[in-house]
Amino acid sequence: MSSIGTGYDLSVTTFSPDGRVFQVEYAGKAVDNSGTIVGIKCKDGIVLGVEKLITSKMILEGSNRRLHSVHRNSGLAVAGLAADGRQIVSRAKSEAANYEKVYGEPMPVKELADRVASYVHLCTLYWWLRPFGCGVILGGYDRDGPQLYMIEPSGLSYKYFGAALGKGRQAAKTEIEKLKLSELTCREGIVEVAKIIYGVHDEAKDKSFELELSWVCDESNRQHEKVPNDLLEQAKAAAQAALEEMDAD
Amino acid sequence: MDAGTMGSASDAPTTGEHRMGTTIVGVCYDGGVVLAADSRTSTGMYVANRASDKISQLTDNVYVCRSGSAADTQVISDYVRYFLHQHTIQSGQPATVKVASNLVRLLAYQNKSMLQAGMIVGGWDKYEGGQIYSVPLGGTILRQPFAIGGSGSSYLYGLMDHEWKEGMTQEEAEKFVVKVVSLAIARDGASGGVVRTVTINAEGVKRSFHPGDKLPLWHEELEPQNSLLDILAAGNPDPMDH
Repeated sequence: MSSIGTGYDLSVTTFSPDGRVFQVEYAGKAVDNSGTIVGIKCKDGIVLGVEKLITSKMILEGSNRRLHSVHRNSGLAVAGLAADGRQIVSRAKSEAANYEKVYGEPMPVKELADRVASYVHLCTLYWWLRPFGCGVILGGYDRDGPQLYMIEPSGLSYKYFGAALGKGRQAAKTEIEKLKLSELTCREGIVEVAKIIYGVHDEAKDKSFELELSWVCDESNRQHEKVPNDLLEQAKAAAQAALEEMDAD
Repeated sequence: MDAGTMGSASDAPTTGEHRMGTTIVGVCYDGGVVLAADSRTSTGMYVANRASDKISQLTDNVYVCRSGSAADTQVISDYVRYFLHQHTIQSGQPATVKVASNLVRLLAYQNKSMLQAGMIVGGWDKYEGGQIYSVPLGGTILRQPFAIGGSGSSYLYGLMDHEWKEGMTQEEAEKFVVKVVSLAIARDGASGGVVRTVTINAEGVKRSFHPGDKLPLWHEELEPQNSLLDILAAGNPDPMDH
């Protein structure tokens, strides 16, 4: 009967008889419907890319960013509810700042991912809270090298070579798997990420989008920053060319 | 105080606060660090402990030399040891010397009005090798190739500036710190007893002990004597024989 489980999806603090927490699964749906975000670990750093869907022609270009810096050496891409994402970013920033104050050195990416994941998970444990309607991809560079983590609304967090969230995640993941990440540099990586984002964009359903790219790599002096404008434009051009070539075939 | 109450228990030389009028030294050498300290703990004029250990372990690879109030520096190193233990479990790898020193600094600085603590943190980690950080009274932190502390250190500044060399070998560094601490012991009344050293490098930790009667004698110092009777026996006119 499809009515089994009915009534077990109203609270985050109630399990369904077969051991599921429906509210957390529904939060996952908010992520699945968002614009695609992609993160890859190249040999010299991390590249993050976001397909930011434009809901109105009057929105100023470059506003409502979905890519944020957490501290000097790490950044975070948000898929799902952007406002929920900012809450996570703000928590990540204060965790990183506090860590540096206490221990006197930049927070390792692993530790940061653990803390953020704990925070996200905490919001699935109390009846007076709702889970975050967003997933994040966290990329950073510390003394153990570049690292990439993905954190889901359930608080689940894994370390990845390449990760994708949002509408086009399936297609994006298949594209990432084709890349030789251990040989790719970030300079080449931004073009690949741009190609993936342009490739998975659904022209029919979503009107327009803005490509956001950031990196943290040797070339950016291990600092997390926006990909410089000239490189961004080159990557966009390469992505569009690749798309047209595919259409021509 | 008025003369009538003289001799009450609180005036006894053993009841005051235990202080470490101290000589402590930390030196970087090629591949690691050597820490050294004397062993005198006093309450005023009274030597409460003549063989104390002023070099405490914080983690497997980080040690700290303590000077100032014995109680204050013990409690700081206890807290730091506890925080570092938590941190090691959480991060899944050994804490760095920098992290340990920063925790010492944080406690020393935040409670500076209540503490008398001057500490030298030394250790080895795989990222930056051997490192010495000094955390003096106010709670500043300073990374240095070598550091000295305690009351005995005032006799050592010129000597250290003159004789410390970059890229010493382990043997050179160990000999150097023993010499330096014994020199301070010779001049500083608040330092004395034995010299303890701790050597930390990629291989691990080595502790050494140098008994007070085996230390080099410096200007105008006397040969160690076991008993007054020996002195008297050596000199001829027998004092009892008139």
